[in-house]
Amino acid sequence: MAEQAMPAIIDQKQVTESPLRRVVIWAGVMPFLLFALLFMLLPSSSLFVKSFLDNEGNFTFNNLIELFRPDIFRTFVLSIQISAATAILGGLFGFFLAYAMISPGTPRFLRPLLTTFSGVASNFAGVPLAFAFVATLGRTGFISAFLRNVLHIDIYAAGFNLYSFLGLSLTYLYFQFPLMVLVMAPALEGLKQEWREASENLGATGIQYWRFIGLPILLPSLLGTMLLLFGNAFGAYATAYALTGGNLPLVTIAIGAQIRGDVLHNVGLGNAMALGMVIVMVVCIGAYSLLQRRAERWLR
Amino acid sequence: MKRTAVWNSIWNWFWLVLGILYFMLPLLSTLIFSLQKRRNEISLAAYQSAFADPEFLHTFSFSLELAVLTIIFAILLIVPTAFWVHLYLPRLRPVMELLTLLPFVIPAIILVFGIIGIYSRPPLLLTVNKATTTGLLVAGYIVLSLPYLYRSVDLGLRAMDVRNLTEAAQSLGASWPRILFRIILPNLRTALLSGALLTLAIVVGEVTLATFLGLPAFGPYLFLVGQHLAYEPAALSLVSFGLTWAAMGIISLLTSGVTGRQAQIGGGH
Repeated sequence: MAEQAMPAIIDQKQVTESPLRRVVIWAGVMPFLLFALLFMLLPSSSLFVKSFLDNEGNFTFNNLIELFRPDIFRTFVLSIQISAATAILGGLFGFFLAYAMISPGTPRFLRPLLTTFSGVASNFAGVPLAFAFVATLGRTGFISAFLRNVLHIDIYAAGFNLYSFLGLSLTYLYFQFPLMVLVMAPALEGLKQEWREASENLGATGIQYWRFIGLPILLPSLLGTMLLLFGNAFGAYATAYALTGGNLPLVTIAIGAQIRGDVLHNVGLGNAMALGMVIVMVVCIGAYSLLQRRAERWLR
Repeated sequence: MKRTAVWNSIWNWFWLVLGILYFMLPLLSTLIFSLQKRRNEISLAAYQSAFADPEFLHTFSFSLELAVLTIIFAILLIVPTAFWVHLYLPRLRPVMELLTLLPFVIPAIILVFGIIGIYSRPPLLLTVNKATTTGLLVAGYIVLSLPYLYRSVDLGLRAMDVRNLTEAAQSLGASWPRILFRIILPNLRTALLSGALLTLAIVVGEVTLATFLGLPAFGPYLFLVGQHLAYEPAALSLVSFGLTWAAMGIISLLTSGVTGRQAQIGGGH
């Protein structure tokens, strides 16, 4: 492709394209489209097709109906619960932290430090993250031991368990709220000082400013980013597997088990679960991009 | 008025302190844990024994190789395409946006499920030998890196007026490799470098794809060590964290403006 002469740059609307020129132009994007076809579109459409096939290869709706079997449905519910919980908590926490970070009263040096830290933490996931939380809140973890030996509070005797819903949520939060900080900090910086001053001149209180100006402007990016966090947690596999060893029946864990061996004794059902996950993700990321577009109206 | 200011600052500091504690405590705990391999004594024994394992060196260097391959092929695939779309096929842009958003919709576990479904049986049987399986893994990693890499390249191209630069170079008689390598790439330096570092950080610690494709990468090794040992995994987790930290630190030095922030959002959970 390097030897080809470059087609001249012509405004598309001005000139009718010669067939040769059109071929050359489309040839330029073919490698990428081929790659996308082979490694994104083909694998995902194969899930779709196989979801409608039974073990003998005949067309069936059974796999999709079986998604509502109690043991399968439960995995979706659990995944959605944990994703929603960490998206909302992580979202609020990240929002308040981002707000505190850019407030004028906060020392300037904290801002780049927290931003970089958020960049690291939002990408620090999987096995190392799970181990870090075992060392922190596991039975012999630092915080557990500190609480037990110094404050005489035994969190495990009180019913806490790192390898549970709560424990996994606390672990997920470690990459959830930093992502919120990364997205919200620029959005909060986009709130113009003039809006606040104008509302104050008109006699608005701080609460009124937030109720009628600040929040309505930020709401699309706030909700949108929470959806992003939801998707982030919903698709997580490695962290959950490393932490709980597969004891918490999340959808991703169930699909992982299905890949290791046909535990459902039905290949189609595994594919249908994957399809179900993709549908949840499409809804979630689709709503996120819509909200993001809305958010850009005010925040430029 | 003064009262609310005080409350505001207490409120802000509450979240700042909570945030810093949430960031630091797991790291501090891991550090303390990793130093306790010898009873009643603080030592680096866990680090020594972790690094002494030949498997560590094998898997870590294999993962580094994977990261380098991913970065090279991703750049070769993405930069010319983004450039081409920019110049000749602006109407393809919505399609590209959609394609590069797709990996967000397909989590790693689903991606590997789909890839195995297609490439582990005839007619496209590729998982039988290590070379082709490695190829599949690198392809999967390129997919994972697409959203932030393509987007940061696209933003970089928008910022630099590709059309005029290319026309100027063309009328001075530059060939197309020369335009790519001497004009476009240098202008994308920051975007590419931060994208590459993020890819490196993600690929080296990645577990899901590597595990299910059955390749001896660092992520699966770390997982295995965690099943059998107590202190070494903590040490290796800190090393892995340090790597992510180094990558991010360099990125934030490179992109000290707001524009680079979007590029920091990757995924590999």
